[in-house]
Amino acid sequence: MLRGFLGKKVGMSRVFREDGRVVPVTMIQAGPCSITQIKTNDTDGYEAVQLGFDPVKKLNRPKAGHFKGNPLTRYLREVKADDVSEFTLGQQIKVDIFEPGEMVDVIGKSKGRGFAGVMKRHGFGGGPRTHGQSDRARAPGSIGGGTTPGKVFKGLKMAGHMGNARITVKNLEVVQVDPERNLIFLKGGVPGAPNGLLLIRRTGKTASRGN
Amino acid sequence: MEAAQILKPESSPKIPDFGAGDTVRVNFRIREGDRERIQAFQGVVIRRQNGSGPSANFTVRRVAGGGVGVERIFPLYSPLIDSLEVTRRGAVRRAKLYYLRGLQGRAARIKEKTLPRRPRGQAAGS
Repeated sequence: MLRGFLGKKVGMSRVFREDGRVVPVTMIQAGPCSITQIKTNDTDGYEAVQLGFDPVKKLNRPKAGHFKGNPLTRYLREVKADDVSEFTLGQQIKVDIFEPGEMVDVIGKSKGRGFAGVMKRHGFGGGPRTHGQSDRARAPGSIGGGTTPGKVFKGLKMAGHMGNARITVKNLEVVQVDPERNLIFLKGGVPGAPNGLLLIRRTGKTASRGN
Repeated sequence: MEAAQILKPESSPKIPDFGAGDTVRVNFRIREGDRERIQAFQGVVIRRQNGSGPSANFTVRRVAGGGVGVERIFPLYSPLIDSLEVTRRGAVRRAKLYYLRGLQGRAARIKEKTLPRRPRGQAAGS
């Protein structure tokens, strides 16, 4: 069984459950993925499967050579598999490996926020807006003591670059799978902008019902 | 792939065409323990929101006994809506009838919409 799968964020919507409850969902265009390389203990020292996703017409020669005649794809990512011997090179895999009710983790690249201040980046409260304050509304406040300790501690939350980082969101429920349109609907949000590459990782857990 | 196109709800026969100003009767399924019954809520639609996607909803306002205004928001595509009947078409000039909240009794009436006259030479429909 494949431990992970690739997809692209499409956007968010909502879905009704039978009892009328609304579930917020992220729609992900997932797969079809092709197997582009199989790593085995003999050749690589570990077992894994490399997936190709998002077909393209042309790639430069060195990249195209890697596909050994199989359809070219924009993205290549390696995922674990329980038993690599069940896969063959060039094999196509679709979203139907997922089932509604299953829990998955999603890994993606968050939206870049540039150099962000401390309120946006760490959720600080900022300073008072009134009572004669002039430039303290978004300031971080004190960053530490004086002569003792005589330094600013490492890891202190300050302004800086935010976003554009690899983010994992854990335990999202698979709400619907549509193999015909290569779509998967997950409950909740997912990192990154629409069209961003996502890795959907299986957890082996199933959603507990009744919430 | 465009997000808006994916979950386009099919136009359901149980939801007729209606809009702000119309008086509707919403037959809403209600669960009581493990018994299910249908409760009707009748009133004036004061707004329709969020377009045609799965998030579309509408608000029905009704003045209950004692002159207390009651507004209920229904998701248009909720599976709990058993059926919806338009009991009266209202002639209104705006899409959101929030002004009704400030009016009472005779002032809060809505004129009934008369069908637009058909152009000459065209056979009148049913």
